[in-house]
Amino acid sequence: MDIHLNYDLRADAYSRPLDTLDVSDPQLYFTDTWYPYFERLRREDPVHYTPDSPYGPYWAVTKYKDIMKVEVNHRVFSSSDDVGGIRIDDPPKGMERPNFIRMDPPEHDEQRKVVGPTVNPMNLAKMESLIRERTCSVLDELPRNEEFNWVDRVSIELTSRMLATLFDYPLDERRELIRWSEVAICDIKAPDALVRSEEERFAELLKFTEHMNVLWEERAKRPPEFDIISILAHSDLTNKMSLRERMGILILFLVGGNDTTRNSMSGGVWGLSQYPDELRKVRDNPALIPGLVSEIIRWQTPVIHMRRTALEDAEIGGKPIKKGDKVVIWYISGNRDEEAIENPNALIADRPRPREHLSFGFGIHRCLGNRLAELQLRILWEEILNRDLKIEVLGKPVYAYSNFLRSIKSLPVRLAA
Amino acid sequence: MPKVTYIEYNGTSHQVEVPVGLSVMRGAVNNGVPGIDADCGGECACATCHVYVDPAWLEEIGMPEPDSQEASMLGFAAAAEPNSRLSCQIKMRQELDGLVVRLPDGQH
Repeated sequence: MDIHLNYDLRADAYSRPLDTLDVSDPQLYFTDTWYPYFERLRREDPVHYTPDSPYGPYWAVTKYKDIMKVEVNHRVFSSSDDVGGIRIDDPPKGMERPNFIRMDPPEHDEQRKVVGPTVNPMNLAKMESLIRERTCSVLDELPRNEEFNWVDRVSIELTSRMLATLFDYPLDERRELIRWSEVAICDIKAPDALVRSEEERFAELLKFTEHMNVLWEERAKRPPEFDIISILAHSDLTNKMSLRERMGILILFLVGGNDTTRNSMSGGVWGLSQYPDELRKVRDNPALIPGLVSEIIRWQTPVIHMRRTALEDAEIGGKPIKKGDKVVIWYISGNRDEEAIENPNALIADRPRPREHLSFGFGIHRCLGNRLAELQLRILWEEILNRDLKIEVLGKPVYAYSNFLRSIKSLPVRLAA
Repeated sequence: MPKVTYIEYNGTSHQVEVPVGLSVMRGAVNNGVPGIDADCGGECACATCHVYVDPAWLEEIGMPEPDSQEASMLGFAAAAEPNSRLSCQIKMRQELDGLVVRLPDGQH
């Protein structure tokens, strides 16, 4: 039986009038009960119009192929903050934080090309030994025969160190970066939200930016290095950025550089605890690790949705999209599309074509750090298997209250002695 | 059947028969040539099947239009050169028999 399709939930998903189905409710992701709602949409109304949601009317695009079509058509489906940005909720008026993920060409292209070299193959090769060293030390320090939170001790620990390296930020203050990342992305209505209003969020992010700006100004005066702040401070295109623009691009790296990878580090442990035979396959054949990493990233789908806005009348899956319409592409659903991926709810270590998933997006906005994310996850699984760690999962993951990032807050585990 | 030679970044060469109509990307993936990832499966949406076309073949192969999707995607590939192409966008033809492409350091 499919573990995700609890009978009562399914009955609820299929008994509601179709036109009242609204997949934007963060509760669906908090409780991890979104599966049957998207299953029904993919089957009965794959490009679904929700006329009335807390975020206003929107189209939900739920199938792999339709999502791909929207992704590659950036001339029609805009990411620009000027028309609505990249999330189902519009950017808060007067508190926008511009960066290239929220821009269209040509501005997008110019900014992206400046920061691209931070994660080019040459730099990744240089980072590999550092990442391995840290992964080994984090794993070797884990307690034995004692319950602990994998998210805090491993996922956050590793990704916060990576983030400190990318920013060349003091390593012992790395948890500050994690807190700011939480501030930047949390749903202000979440029960555990660190900020309760957009004004409060903006004030906190301004503090973050002013703090980072000191480093920016210092680095502008020193010879160029390969950390993000130095690259930004030395490029003719970005060194004159206003404080608000600096806020935007620093937050993009802050969130992009840690949160998504963190959640794949946690999701993989949870997923493999549900599919123990798959872990056995990889133990027997470590050559499967790169494929496993891609599969974990698909299965977890750390980014739940992206949003575009139609710049002109268009059509998706036979539905007429009007200029100005909000189009939400649900990666979480496309990655579970039975027509694109066989047996999609299962985590399968040796799946054919594991790299063909939507988690990094496609087209010009495809995740800049995707290879760095894969590198960190590959090393983590190599070192877990090298040590033959037996990770016993003691309870279900606790998910964040968010319709944007599929964050795992905690995952209780124990390592056998 | 026309043949394509793929030269890995480390110099290892693979000569492969690629049926007419198939893409140069598919020719590599179907024959296990390492160094081409093709994450999007041939939709011109990811730039992870990036190759350098041997200069002798540039004229026959042609270059993407400046404002095309391929040119946009190549703009973000690491280490793109004037002879860079996305191999999913090169369809095999009899005239391309003997084509030589070189692979980059990494697909990105």
